[in-house]
Amino acid sequence: MAAPGPVLLSEWTKIRTVRSTTVTLAAAFVVTVGLSAVVCALTNANFTEATRNGRNAVFDPTSTSFAGVFLGQLAVIVFGVLAVGNEYSSGMIRVSLAAVPRRGALLAGKTAVVLALVLAVAALTSFSSFLLGQALLGPHRTSLDAPHVLRAVVGAALYMALICLFSVGVTAMLRNQTLALGVLMPFFFLVSPILSNVPKVKTVARYFPDTAGSRVTSVLQQPDAPYGPWTGLGICALWTAAALLGGWLVLRRRDA
Amino acid sequence: MIELHELTKRYGDKLAVDRLSFAIPPGVVTGFLGPNGAGKSTTMRMILDLDRPTSGRVLIDGRHYAQLREPVKYIGALLEAKALHPGRSARNHLLWLAQSNRVPVRRVDEVLALVGLSEVADKRSGGFSLGMGQRLGIAAALLGDPRILMFDEPVNGLDPEGILWVRNLMKRLAAEGRTVFVSSHLMSEMALTADHLVVIGRGRLLADLPMTEFIDRNSRSAVRIRTPQPEALLDALAGAAVTAEPVGDGAYEVAGGDAAKIGELAAAAGVVLHELSPQRASLEEAFMRMTAESVEYQAGGGSGTAAAGPPAPGGSTAEGSAAGGSAGWGADWGQRSGGGRRGRRKTEES
Amino acid sequence: MIEAHGLTKRYGPRTAVDGLTFRVRPGVVTGFLGPNGSGKSTTMRMAVGLEAPTSGTVTVGGVPYRELPNAARTVGALLDARAVHGGRSARNHLLCLAQLAGIGARRVDEVLALVGLSEVAGRRCGGFSLGMGQRLGIAAALLGDPEVLLLDEPVNGLDPEGIHWVRTLMRGLAAEGRTVLVSSHLMSEMALTADHLVVIGRGRLLADTSVREFVERHSAGFVRVRTPDGAGEQRARLAGVLVRAGAHAEPEPDGALRVTGLTAARISDLAHGHGVRLHELAPHHASLEEAYMRLTQGAVEYRSAAPAAGGPAAPGPWPPAAPGHAPGAVPHPYDTAAAAAGGRESEA
Repeated sequence: MAAPGPVLLSEWTKIRTVRSTTVTLAAAFVVTVGLSAVVCALTNANFTEATRNGRNAVFDPTSTSFAGVFLGQLAVIVFGVLAVGNEYSSGMIRVSLAAVPRRGALLAGKTAVVLALVLAVAALTSFSSFLLGQALLGPHRTSLDAPHVLRAVVGAALYMALICLFSVGVTAMLRNQTLALGVLMPFFFLVSPILSNVPKVKTVARYFPDTAGSRVTSVLQQPDAPYGPWTGLGICALWTAAALLGGWLVLRRRDA
Repeated sequence: MIELHELTKRYGDKLAVDRLSFAIPPGVVTGFLGPNGAGKSTTMRMILDLDRPTSGRVLIDGRHYAQLREPVKYIGALLEAKALHPGRSARNHLLWLAQSNRVPVRRVDEVLALVGLSEVADKRSGGFSLGMGQRLGIAAALLGDPRILMFDEPVNGLDPEGILWVRNLMKRLAAEGRTVFVSSHLMSEMALTADHLVVIGRGRLLADLPMTEFIDRNSRSAVRIRTPQPEALLDALAGAAVTAEPVGDGAYEVAGGDAAKIGELAAAAGVVLHELSPQRASLEEAFMRMTAESVEYQAGGGSGTAAAGPPAPGGSTAEGSAAGGSAGWGADWGQRSGGGRRGRRKTEES
Repeated sequence: MIEAHGLTKRYGPRTAVDGLTFRVRPGVVTGFLGPNGSGKSTTMRMAVGLEAPTSGTVTVGGVPYRELPNAARTVGALLDARAVHGGRSARNHLLCLAQLAGIGARRVDEVLALVGLSEVAGRRCGGFSLGMGQRLGIAAALLGDPEVLLLDEPVNGLDPEGIHWVRTLMRGLAAEGRTVLVSSHLMSEMALTADHLVVIGRGRLLADTSVREFVERHSAGFVRVRTPDGAGEQRARLAGVLVRAGAHAEPEPDGALRVTGLTAARISDLAHGHGVRLHELAPHHASLEEAYMRLTQGAVEYRSAAPAAGGPAAPGPWPPAAPGHAPGAVPHPYDTAAAAAGGRESEA
């Protein structure tokens, strides 16, 4: 019956002593901020064209400065997958479970450490992305004081953290990092975006974790949406909770 | 002390472990033997609560594994040599393990020095050889200074120095009063290391005996004698209805003989003996006889180049001292039906 | 017959194999021993043409491997049991090898039966255990019915039945007049298998002798003596007599005496002369392991103390317990070269 302290400390050591942690989290930051900055700069340079051709009648400077999240979240997903998956790929899960036989405590400890780390990086990423993006938007920028903008910036950080934990849960269910990456990457990169643009399927795809969760990053209300930004994030949180619960059940039931 | 009570594991319709009951006592090295697929690894995983038994239970010092507070301090285990993240250093691997069970951090450097990995403690463990991985696994098992140790094939990949070191380590740990449970496929190595044996085949307990008793029960024994007065000795033996066969090189063997009795007969007849050696079969031979029925993959004998025929006599080679020297005793290895389950015995519940 | 003449291999500034000259004769099993990193695998790889020597030669039947007219039928080698395409079946793996060497498909089934893999011949080898992979590797080595066999750690991963089978196989092959060179780290196993030994350390030849000679030269044997149980007085008297005669007598846990420094015959005479009856008088050779440890101790220690390692070996808190064992038993640190060698097993 391991107390939470030692498990958290131990999981913290595990995560800080592998290079993939730094690499994936740095990639998440660089890709999100960098891509957002490029989009903002380009939008500013070609503002009239960009807004005329865009499908949104009204320009949303906040969500423009989060354009990179779509790609940056993939690095966050890889971080979540590796945090759990490398225990399975190396067989170390058996050493971990022998040391911490209460499986719920092990998964909870790991999830907590991943959450703390990803939340810190996501908050930094989100604010950096917003501030740099707004600076590059020049005359079209908005500010944190504007209505709903702070919500969108904080929401973007929460969204990335939730997607990361979702990956943690899915990997714990699949017990294989290659498989988990093979399922999650195509889903978030291809399947979900494509389905969101297919007329009939769209209504279902709206409730996918990424589509629902990322709603929080835009300030403008979308008239056709059946839920608001916080509800969207809530839907994403439900997905995450379900994945973690599934992961816990699999870890508890299955032989290691 | 590890106790197994009616431990059973079923995978679908395959019974991997079948009502195993035995106790592993402290103070001795207990060898865990069985052919491939006998259920050794499954049993070891169930002891650590990694695999859930279908029925039955395992008690570690009277408690279930999951009830152990900080289990690393009760039982240390080496199951796989390289069960670690290749990008993490040896020191950091031990560090997280120590932290998870509140083992003092200085202990990490102690066990690293103990297994001889201090110099490479900060290198990525992915670059380790199998032998170095094995040493790191042993360090992890020793980390919490536990009273119970369990090793699965610990000498795999080690060089001769490493093998000798591991053997001495296990003996030392047992001499300190710890429980040492070790599985191996290397009978000649096991013969030098273990005091007690637990043998399983097809998931069932075949034997739970002290090493010497196991060998005595599962093989024939003989006494080898050598004397400058063979005529007188043979007469003396014949007088007591003891038959001695010449085995070449001037020596004789008495099948099933009792060395003490022969010694007394020789002394009574005033015959000088130059050798009076009880010959014990090797652990390997005893093991083969016992487990012959439960081997999963058996190599074919006759068809090809050279596998057929009994092994050549090994008497010319050096004999492991503790094994009691009987390398050339393989002549009847071919017949492996007879011994079967003879040595089987119900285990006492303790 | 395998012959090495001044065989040398350098990797940059490091000499892995240093002027090796030895001969592996047909008709006997030759054990190839040495500590980790002593150059065994490199030597074997050079013998089958996988690496070119920096200088010197190694020949098989008088011809360098790469010049053999039909190498696959002359030399069979097991160097790495895992060197198999995971998706291919055991039979197809062997068929590919057979076709390359112009060997009929019938031989494939023969060797599969010989190694006991007939039943799993159609399965992907990716799912094979280490032991099954080892059997497949041995099947591949035997495919061409070769006169010369090189086996690197052949019993790795095998169970007791498999280990016994490999030993019997190797002795059988040698008895047929073939040349069998086998490396192993398992001294107790080698003692049962090999007739002749080639021992190297730090790439240099340390010994090239028969097993018996090797053990006799590098270690001391002892005689176990037992007096009638319950007659402690006889035992004490005998011990006194033996010590006065210049022997060293130590009690064993079971009440016998372990005597060094006198032959069995001499002990018998002394006992007889002092009216002590003997219930056991058993000469024991020292183990091959002990002999090996004494011989290679220098090689190992030198390596540990090498400046590249960053410091000398820390003496193990648990020195070898058994009396008479060489001090080579203390844990020795790996040198940095070994650590840097990545996945390449042992022969860094």
